Amino acid sequence: MSKPVVATTSLAGCFGCHMSLLDIDERILTLIELVEFNKSPVDDIKTFTKAVDIGLIEGGVCNSENVEVLKSFRKNCKILVSVGECAIMGGLPALRNGIPVEECLHEAYIGGPTVQLNKDGIMPNDDELPMLLDKVYPCHEIVKIDYFLPGCPPRADLIWDALVALVTGDPMKLPYEVVKFD
Amino acid sequence: MSNLIKFKIDGKECMAEAGKYIVDAAADNGIYIPTLCNMKGVKPKGACRICSVRINGRLMTSCTTPVTDGMEIESNSADIQDLRKSIIELLFVSGNHFCPACEKSGNCELQALAYRYQMMVPRYPYEFPTKPVDASSPRIIKDQNRCIFCKRCIKTIKDENGRSYFVFRNRGHKLEVVLDEEMGKTIDSATAHLAMENCPVGSILVKEKGFDTPIGKRKFDKEPIGSDIKL
Amino acid sequence: MENTVKQIVEKYNSNRNRLMDMLIDIQEGEGYISRDAIATLSQLLDMSQADVEQTLSFYHFFSTKPRGKYAVYLNNSPVAYMFGREAIKEAFEKSAGVRFGEVSSDGKIGLFDTACIGMNDQEPAAIINNMVFTRLTPYRVRELVKMMKEDKPIEELRKESFGDGKNYLPSLRSMVSSNIRRKGMILSDDYHFGTVLREKLPTLSPEGVIGEIKHSAIRGRGGAGFPTGLKWEFCRRAKGDKHYVVCNADEGEPGTFKDRVILTEKPELVFEGMALAGYAIGGEEGILYIRYEYRYMKDYLEEVLHKMRKEGLLGTNISGIEGFNFDIRIQFGAGAYVCGEESALLESLEGKRGEPRDKPPFPVEKGYLGYPTIINNVETFATAVRIVQNGGEWFTQFGTDDSTGTKILSISGDCMFPGVYEVNWGFNVEDMLDMVGAYDVQAVQVGGPSGTLIGPDEFHRTLGYSDLSTGGSMIIFGQQRNLLRDVVVNFMEFFIDESCGSCSTCRNMTQVMNNKLKKILAGKGVPNDLKDLQEWGRVLNASRCGLGQTAANPIISSLKNFRHLYETLLQKDKDFDEGFDLEKSVQASCSYVGRVPVFNHH
Repeated sequence: MSKPVVATTSLAGCFGCHMSLLDIDERILTLIELVEFNKSPVDDIKTFTKAVDIGLIEGGVCNSENVEVLKSFRKNCKILVSVGECAIMGGLPALRNGIPVEECLHEAYIGGPTVQLNKDGIMPNDDELPMLLDKVYPCHEIVKIDYFLPGCPPRADLIWDALVALVTGDPMKLPYEVVKFD
Repeated sequence: MSNLIKFKIDGKECMAEAGKYIVDAAADNGIYIPTLCNMKGVKPKGACRICSVRINGRLMTSCTTPVTDGMEIESNSADIQDLRKSIIELLFVSGNHFCPACEKSGNCELQALAYRYQMMVPRYPYEFPTKPVDASSPRIIKDQNRCIFCKRCIKTIKDENGRSYFVFRNRGHKLEVVLDEEMGKTIDSATAHLAMENCPVGSILVKEKGFDTPIGKRKFDKEPIGSDIKL
Repeated sequence: MENTVKQIVEKYNSNRNRLMDMLIDIQEGEGYISRDAIATLSQLLDMSQADVEQTLSFYHFFSTKPRGKYAVYLNNSPVAYMFGREAIKEAFEKSAGVRFGEVSSDGKIGLFDTACIGMNDQEPAAIINNMVFTRLTPYRVRELVKMMKEDKPIEELRKESFGDGKNYLPSLRSMVSSNIRRKGMILSDDYHFGTVLREKLPTLSPEGVIGEIKHSAIRGRGGAGFPTGLKWEFCRRAKGDKHYVVCNADEGEPGTFKDRVILTEKPELVFEGMALAGYAIGGEEGILYIRYEYRYMKDYLEEVLHKMRKEGLLGTNISGIEGFNFDIRIQFGAGAYVCGEESALLESLEGKRGEPRDKPPFPVEKGYLGYPTIINNVETFATAVRIVQNGGEWFTQFGTDDSTGTKILSISGDCMFPGVYEVNWGFNVEDMLDMVGAYDVQAVQVGGPSGTLIGPDEFHRTLGYSDLSTGGSMIIFGQQRNLLRDVVVNFMEFFIDESCGSCSTCRNMTQVMNNKLKKILAGKGVPNDLKDLQEWGRVLNASRCGLGQTAANPIISSLKNFRHLYETLLQKDKDFDEGFDLEKSVQASCSYVGRVPVFNHH
C-alpha cells in the first residue's frame, strides 16, 4: 500500500508552526517512513502533483493569494487541518481586524515612523500583488476545515500525535499539557 | 456545623451546611463546578452562566442558588457540559482574545476553562468587534477587547468611601466595563494590582507589568482549573 | 445648572434610590444630561461620576448629548414599517435636513429610532417631547417639521382631533385612540369605582381577600402566568417591616398596548386593585412603574390619584378600616424593555440599571429595598377588583379550567379593526382573526417577539396558559409580508438592543444568531445553518431572566413553523459557505491603493 501523502503551507503566518513540526526531533525519521510529502516548503514542491490525504495549514487568510492557496488545498486534500492560532482565529495578524484597512495601509506605507524612503507616498498597487482583505479570516470561515490543532505554535507533540492518529486511524491522545493557545 | 443537610449531585450523596451556595457545597464534597464570574466571599451575580446546573428540570446557576435539603442536582450530564463549553466558545468569539499576545495567558481563567473543556475551535463565527483600549490612567490599562463582563472588578475594587472604580456603561451588546476617569487618575498601586489579579482575563492590566512568569510556571500550565477541588 | 441640579436632588431628599426621577427631571429640563450635571449629581449623592453614568447609560431616553429642542422618537416596530414607516422616516429626514440618530446643526430637531411605543393599532407613530403623534403621514410630518422650525410650542403641533374615550380630557389632551372593540368585566362600564374598597373590604379580612383571589384561580396577566393568590399569600407571610405593592406598567413587549388603554380608561380600577392588594398583603405603599413612552399620561394619572385621595379611597384608615393605610406613587422608567421583568423593574425603582436579579430570593421575600413585594400587571390588579366584588367562584365561570377569567388582547397588524379586545380565555385564533376582520393571513405573532409565530395550520389553537400563552400581544401578518426579512430580523435586533447585557448568553448569542440569519437572507445559507440555529438557540435557556431565555424565539419559532421560508433561501448545490465574499473583502484596500480588483488567477 502506498504511503499517505501530506502537504503543508503557511498563509498569513510566521512559519513558527512549521518550525514546531520540525521540533519533533528524531521522530522526523519515523515520519518520513510513515508519509510522503507533496506540495510543502519542507520539500520545496511548489504545486500539487498528486492527490493528497492530509493538508496542514498554518496561518490565517489575509489576502487574495491566501484565499486561492487555501482553496486549492481544499480541492486537493482529503483532510484539512488548521495548525496554530493564526489558522484557527487569525492570530497576531488579526490584531489589525479592529482597524480599517485604509488606516493599516497608510501606517505601513506612509504614516508609520519607520517609513522614510517612500517620500512620494506610493502605494503598492501592481496587479501582480495579492489584494489585501478587509480583515484576517480564520481558515474555517473560507473553506471547510476538518481538524484544529491550537497553539502558538502547537506543541510538537500535539502535531506528532495528530499526524500519527490521522495516518493510523487510532484515536488521538490529548494530554492536558499539549493543548495550549500560546 | 450543626445545620447539615443532604443533597445529591449527579446521584452522589453529599452533605453541606444549609444555605451554602451550591458551587461551594459541591466543592466541600470534592465536586468541581466550573465558574468564571464567581469569587469566593463576594456576593455572586450569575453573569457568566457557566456554573449552570439542572434542578427539577430547570437550569439554575450554582453560584447564586443555595443548596436545600433533598435537592437533586444534575451537573455533569453531556448537555450541561456542552452548554458550558458553548458559553466559553461564545465568550471567545464575542471579544478579541488573542491568547498568544496576552499578558494574562497561562493565568487566565477563561483560557483555563477552554483548556479544561478542550476547546479546539469555537463553533461560532468570530465577531472581531472593534473595541477601544483605555490607557488614560497612569497605573491601569483597561482593554475592552478582553473584557467578559464578569463584574468582579465592579464588585471588589472600591475606594475608602465604598465607591467603585469600575462600572458598567451602556447595555446589551454595547455593554462596557469602564474605569472612572477621575478615580483612575489617583488609583494606588496596591488597588491597581488587586484589580489586575481579580480580573479573570487580561482586561485589567497594571502598566509596565506582564509576562513576568515564564511559560511552564504559570497557574494553569500543568493542571486544569479546578484541580484543587478534590476530597 | 449647578443650582438646578441641587434643587432637583433636594426635591427627592438626596435619596439615591430616586436617581431615575432626578435624571428624568434633568433630561426634561435641559434636553440632555451634561457632564456638569453628572459631576454635580455625583457630588451631591456621594457617588462616582461613572456610577451615575452607569444608570444613565442603561436607559434609551437619557442622553449625555443634547437631543434637540424637539426630540422626535419614531417607532421602529414591524407594524410601523407595514404602515409606511419608511416614507415617514424619509419625510422627517428630508424636511428636517438631518438624519436619524442626529440633531440638526441649529440644535432644533433631533431624530431617533425607538422600540415599540405601545401604539401598534395606530402606526406610524412618534413621540415628540413626550407627546404622542399617531397615524403619521408624510404630509403631516412636513407640517410638523415646519412648525418645529418656527419654534411653535409643542401644544400647537397637536392640530388634529383628540383620540376616543378619555383622551379628550383636559389633563390628557391626547391624539392617542383607545380603540376598545370588545368589553368584558374589566373594560365594561357597569362597575362603580370604589365599591370594593368601600363596601366589600369592611366585611373581609386580608386572608379572606387572598382566599377569594386564590379561589378565582387567576394567573398573572403579564405573560408569565404565576397564580396571583399564591403570590399575595407568600408576600403576606414573608417577614418584613414593610410590604410593597408594585404595579408593572412597563408594557414593552412589542405589539402590546392594552395596559395603556386600561390606564387611560380605567385607571381607578387599577389603583383600587393596588389598594386592595395592599390590604391583602399588609402593605401601605404602592408604586406604579410605568414606561416613559406613556409620559403623556403623567398629569392625568396624578389627577386620578389626587381625586381618589380626596374621596378617601387612598390615604389613612381607608373605608373606616382601622389601620388600612395605603397610597400610591408613580415611577417612570426611561426606555428599557427589560425593566418589564419584575426584578429588573425593582432595580430600576431603586435608581439603578435594570438588571434582573438572581432568584431565589423572589420579590415576595426580598423585593423593593429588600422588603417583601408583590409585582403584578396592570390588568391583574384591575381584574382582582372584580373578583373580590363578585367572589372567586363567580370568576371561574369565565374562561377555561386552567385559564379562568378574561384576557385583554392588543391586536394589530394586517386586519380591519386593530385595537383592544377583552375576550374569555379559550378563544381560538381562527375566531380571533374573524373577529378583527383579518383575511388571507400568513402568520400571527402570539405574545410578541418573545412568544410564538404561528401559521394557519395552528389557527385552531386556543388562548390559554396550557396552549397559547400570551400577555396579550397579537400581531397579524398578511400573505404580502416577508416574515424573515421584515419581522424576524426586526425582532432579533430588538432583543439585541434591549438585553441588559449581564448574562453572557443573552448578550452574545442573539447577535451570533442574527448574523447567521442575515447570512441566510443574503443567499449564503447552507442546510447546516438551520441545524446550527436550532442548537445554538438552546444556550439561551441558561439566561437569568425571561427576556434572555426567550430572546431567540423569533428565530426558533419561525424556524419551527415556517421552515420552508428558510429552506427556499438555502443554496442548493453547496454544503459549506461561511459567507465569505472575496470581491467585497478586497474592495476597500483596492480602492485605497488605487487598483482595479482582478479575479482571473484561476
